[in-house]
Amino acid sequence: MGQLQNFSKGFVKDNPVFVLLLGLCPALGVTTSAYNGLGMGLATTFVLLSSNIVVSLIKGFIPSKVRIPSFIVVIASFVTITELVMEAFLPALYDSLGLFIPLIVVNCLVMGRAEAFASKNNTLSSIVDGLGMGLGFAFALTLLGGVREILGAGEIFGLSLFAGDGMLVFVLAPGAFIGLGYLVALNNIVKKKLY
Amino acid sequence: MEYIVIIIGAVFVNNIVLAQFLGICPYLGVSARVSTAIGMSGAVMFVMTLATLVTFLIYNYILTPFEITYLQTISYILVVASLVQMVEIILKKVSPALFQALGIFLPLIVTNCAILGVTILAVREDYGFHLLEGVVFAIGHALGFALTIILFAGIREHLDLVDVPKGMRGAPAALVVAGILALAFMGFANLV
Repeated sequence: MGQLQNFSKGFVKDNPVFVLLLGLCPALGVTTSAYNGLGMGLATTFVLLSSNIVVSLIKGFIPSKVRIPSFIVVIASFVTITELVMEAFLPALYDSLGLFIPLIVVNCLVMGRAEAFASKNNTLSSIVDGLGMGLGFAFALTLLGGVREILGAGEIFGLSLFAGDGMLVFVLAPGAFIGLGYLVALNNIVKKKLY
Repeated sequence: MEYIVIIIGAVFVNNIVLAQFLGICPYLGVSARVSTAIGMSGAVMFVMTLATLVTFLIYNYILTPFEITYLQTISYILVVASLVQMVEIILKKVSPALFQALGIFLPLIVTNCAILGVTILAVREDYGFHLLEGVVFAIGHALGFALTIILFAGIREHLDLVDVPKGMRGAPAALVVAGILALAFMGFANLV
């Protein structure tokens, strides 16, 4: 598999949210707006990329019996870094993402890529995989956040699109499930056309 | 009375799956049959209560006095992971029947964000829980998880028999059903 294909698989073909259904908790929990979705997506991308690099570098030294706990410690360290940096430089985003920042630790996507990809491949492929999967995740979250923000509040990235109130239900919890359901269906159709 | 309010709040108003979006992976992953949903709920309830008990003590008696609360995420995930491992070993020895029922769900729980989420929520300063309240809070959330996943599994068993449009089959239909369930649970908002 070429590196380009390795990179682009995260967007439609193996999109972590729409196809693999991984990391759904943050995907549903923080996507009340496109900005929050993008912020969460990029934070996860950073953790995924860093943990992929470290895991692919240390894979030779770790006995396979304790590999899962070791991966968890690596991931948790990068999550703590993200948490502290975000609290210092982006306090508003930190407050709106709230609990979901420490919960990047248990995002199955990060653990899944460490176990399924980075622990078996070289560092370069792992970097490309981490970037592709992470940005695919960010793409999905921004898309879902955008759909919910447009339908629910009538704006996108805070810019007002039409006058009047939107459908409030799309900003609230049910809209997250329903919005994601239709986006998964849409992705299935696009995937079938492309591949 | 206070404990009843905490439980009702956790089960209905701030339902862990439908209002707080925690534990979505097992919610969608092991909800195809009611029997597996019940097994998963049992395992979650067991681990969530124990994990909250242990992490509550760690937070208040180790992390806070030594001012190392930034280690919360790392220490919690290690506690949850080792606790699950320990529970697995003890259950295997003490109660093989229970181990048979919960066994395959226990490893899945380590990456269940509901557990880590509730343990972090239970020590939040604005709640100001003491130990027993924290544990009741965890039990309430576990009950809420059990209620929603069993309801959802019951609906999904029927969904298999329905003629769903081709593009919506599988995950999309399940997500829309979850959305409608969430809509129903919104009726409990502001109850307590």
